[in-house]
Amino acid sequence: MPGMVPTRWLAAIAAALCAAAFAGAAPAAEPAGRVAKPSISVDRSTQCIDSPEVMRRTHMDMLRHQRDRTVRQGIRGEKVSLNGCIDCHAGPGAGAAAGSAVGSPDAFCETCHRYAAVKLDCFECHQPRPGGAQPARAQADGQSQGRAARAAQAFLAAPATVPGNAPGSGPGAAGAQR
Amino acid sequence: MSCSDRPDPMQSRQAERPDANPSRRAMLAAGTAALAGVLLAPGVHLIEVAGAEVAARPAGEPASSKVRWGMLIDTTRCATDCNACVKACNAENGLSGGTLPTDSQWIRKVEIRHRETGRTSSAPVMCQHCANPPCVDVCPTGASFKRADGIVLVDRHICIGCRYCVMACPYKARSFVHEPLTTQKPEVPRGKGTVEGCTMCVHRVDRGEQPACAESCPEQAILFGDLNDPESAISRRIREIATTRIREDLRLDTGVRYHGI
Repeated sequence: MPGMVPTRWLAAIAAALCAAAFAGAAPAAEPAGRVAKPSISVDRSTQCIDSPEVMRRTHMDMLRHQRDRTVRQGIRGEKVSLNGCIDCHAGPGAGAAAGSAVGSPDAFCETCHRYAAVKLDCFECHQPRPGGAQPARAQADGQSQGRAARAAQAFLAAPATVPGNAPGSGPGAAGAQR
Repeated sequence: MSCSDRPDPMQSRQAERPDANPSRRAMLAAGTAALAGVLLAPGVHLIEVAGAEVAARPAGEPASSKVRWGMLIDTTRCATDCNACVKACNAENGLSGGTLPTDSQWIRKVEIRHRETGRTSSAPVMCQHCANPPCVDVCPTGASFKRADGIVLVDRHICIGCRYCVMACPYKARSFVHEPLTTQKPEVPRGKGTVEGCTMCVHRVDRGEQPACAESCPEQAILFGDLNDPESAISRRIREIATTRIREDLRLDTGVRYHGI
């Protein structure tokens, strides 16, 4: 029958189109995508100065105003402090960047700033490793590297991340963690 | 606590030490009287009057213009071959300690020789923390500024590295950072492309400590304190002995004074 062949072709073409459409849609449905999501890993044993949502949106404004008050007016001991951020959040990093807030793709500050493509200038001048108010003591005592450094070491020592419990492995994980 | 309580510890102290210097007793009594409005235990009074001049500023409180920090450097006690203040400054502020033209130097030991008499003396020279600082006058961005308590600083957040202040300073107290740095101290941020200088260890002063150079001097030749407080050790000493400032003719009203040059 002359009409049979075109019908079969049409069916084949339709099937091929469907397959192609699926094949095209499959990578977009993957959570990882082509851009690596930020992987945020922090020690949550202490409370941050505000909620993660607020910190994520306004940490830059907080730091900018605090820096002017501290440098210009000499106000010390404020709630907001870059050294305070670093004391808790530096790390994890690896190699030379271990325990540093920047310098590796999974370092606390850098992981989001890379994702958002926002240049991070703080550490052109500021020390990205914890040391706090007692730099001399911190240097003298190799043990007192700070909570963040220990957390970083623990993170490095832990087995490779498993999608179920690894921080930042899912789209919502970054929102749940600080 | 009433005022009648106060003389008792003084009298018992005198009774214990009958040979005590009368002028010291008078000073202690005067200091105690000056603090009469402050409700503290009598023992605390004595310690405060005799000891620390510098008090930590409470958290959240800005620097006050009631205070003017200054230093008195006694060059008669400053040994030519001693470099302790420079080393302490380098260690405290994370400086390399190099003396190349491109290395930062916040404090230098300078040998001075009188042309006619040939008398030599040695003195540390750092930012003189002028009341009328030329570096602040010339700064095009407002990065170079004087804090309320007289400490002259660079706000590296807005410094563009033009080095106009380096040219303007008659004491050569400012340095420019030429290379990227990674070994800054957490409390002393420093970075490439900005100008820096002696901060009078502002991070230490704010928590009630002495600057590193004053603390490290083995001869206690550097006296740090509040020039606005007539009862501070530095003010009393300046009243007692002849002091001068470097390039006093420029009338910059420096916060650093020298004795014996």
